[in-house]
Amino acid sequence: MRQRNRVLGWTVMPLFLLACGAFTIYYFVENPGGAMAARLLIYPNVFKLIQQHVLLVVVSSLLAIATALPLGILISRPRFRTLGLVVENVVNVAQTVPSLAVLALAFTFLGWGFNTAVFALWCYSLLPILRNTYAGIRSVSPSILEAARGMGMTPGHILGRIELPLATPIIMGGIRTAVVINVGTATLATFIAGGGLGDLIVTGIGVRRTELILAGAILSAVLAILLDHLLSQAEAEFG
Amino acid sequence: MIKLEQVSRVFPGSEVPAVVDLTMTIGDGEVCVLVGPSGCGKTTTMKMINRLIDPTSGKIYVNDQDTSKIDPIALRLGIGYVIQEIGLFPHMTIAENVATVPREKGWPRDRINQRVDELMHLVGLNPGTYRNRLPADLSGGQRQRVGVARAMAADPPILLMDEPFGAVDPITRARLQNEFLRLQEQMKKTIVFVTHDIDEAIKMGDRIAVMRDGRLVQYEEPDKLLSMPADDFVATLVGRNRSIKRLHLIKVNDVVQNETPFVTPEASVDEIRSAMEERKTNTVLVVNAVNKLQGVISRAELKGVEGARAAQIAQPVQNTVEWGATLNDALAVMLNYGERYVAVVNSREELKGVITLNYLLDLVRDDAAA
Repeated sequence: MRQRNRVLGWTVMPLFLLACGAFTIYYFVENPGGAMAARLLIYPNVFKLIQQHVLLVVVSSLLAIATALPLGILISRPRFRTLGLVVENVVNVAQTVPSLAVLALAFTFLGWGFNTAVFALWCYSLLPILRNTYAGIRSVSPSILEAARGMGMTPGHILGRIELPLATPIIMGGIRTAVVINVGTATLATFIAGGGLGDLIVTGIGVRRTELILAGAILSAVLAILLDHLLSQAEAEFG
Repeated sequence: MIKLEQVSRVFPGSEVPAVVDLTMTIGDGEVCVLVGPSGCGKTTTMKMINRLIDPTSGKIYVNDQDTSKIDPIALRLGIGYVIQEIGLFPHMTIAENVATVPREKGWPRDRINQRVDELMHLVGLNPGTYRNRLPADLSGGQRQRVGVARAMAADPPILLMDEPFGAVDPITRARLQNEFLRLQEQMKKTIVFVTHDIDEAIKMGDRIAVMRDGRLVQYEEPDKLLSMPADDFVATLVGRNRSIKRLHLIKVNDVVQNETPFVTPEASVDEIRSAMEERKTNTVLVVNAVNKLQGVISRAELKGVEGARAAQIAQPVQNTVEWGATLNDALAVMLNYGERYVAVVNSREELKGVITLNYLLDLVRDDAAA
């Protein structure tokens, strides 16, 4: 039963979402709703935008995991307990800054382009991962840690064999949140010429073409659901 | 041997020291029970032995080695550690939990697997059934067994046990205690056992250390603790009904009455009657040729069954205790089943004899008079 659910999770749901995406692309390319939209809504362009979007999200998320995970582990160590509290509060405040503002600030310092967009997305997705890593590790019951210590496990083994495995669901929750937020925020990259599906939406607003807006919005939504599903599937598999 | 010399511990931010000037020696192969009300420093004392807590002053020696000079990891790998069932790793299977210390020591996989099976058998869990289960799939009693097995994995000479049987119902606890005592008879480990339950202390301990407010009030063998409490505090702790408490100290093995009235399964009603007459009792046990207990017959059941054989009349016996149980366990079983005796059987269900309520009453009365 579990085995079957697993196979279904890796096949049926992703295929269904891909089909939804494919249908959306097909529909709007065939019915662009006017000559102006038709120039953007051609297959090569749509695929290019999707590719850019995925790249923005994947690169920024991987970088965020690579930084926030070790940092979260670090501040959860007993000797950095006070630092942990500081970081947690800074993170909570920083999370309230609107994503558009982060993007705008990054633009002021770094200029146009893909790299700037990745940098801004990275900044923005650091926070949920960091916070959940910290919270996840801290949530491990003290009596379990004490048993591990009392039996003579080294701090490294306690982290690798006890703390991280037990914190995995919470850490994965943070990563999924970050990725889903990233897919949405990446639509703003268009303002600083970072590309992505935001091009469709923003142009659509400019030229008042609902088809363009819908195409961009639906495709990013499908992308968000797909990535979230794949991550939860990976968690069930390896968690 | 574990030796504590004038050990004190003050926790930062606390005015009152948790442990004050504690000096005691725990001999090899001895079960030393630390007992006292919560906050008396018993757990702190235990945790100082494997350096989960470092003493503020004083010295602790394990096998004549100053523990402050041993690497804590190496020290702990040589000392088994059991805490309440909540200390099992919930994401690991039973086998993985038991294998923790051997894995830390880097044993080869084959040896670990073999040792895990051996230990699971030892604590009465079938490896085939339980190896790959998670702690959440087990009952409280089974989890405690896993905790004990895990602590003994690398066969350490010393075990620290912090309320190891605390989180289970009284009947399961008594069984676990008995099993553990039986194991200890063979293993002869040096054990430091923390509990707040004086009954458990009396039952488990070769020596009992009564603690109060961080100080050692009395360190004595259970029998002497009961007969000569050092002060009012100890007297109150062990309670007034000390002669009943002493029932914890006596094993059924030592006092079992073997001249039990019994008949064979083939005995006729007349033979059963004469067996009762002979012993002036109203019940006889039915025992087969290999001494296995088959059932019990009371006088009332003999009416209107002329011509039947003992095997057909006999009722199953539930009021049994195992070889190695204490008289307190025997009393509990009598009360549980409303019977005036218990049958003592060994692990192969062979009858070893009976213990009657009258016998227990005499014992307690003599003791009170003495």
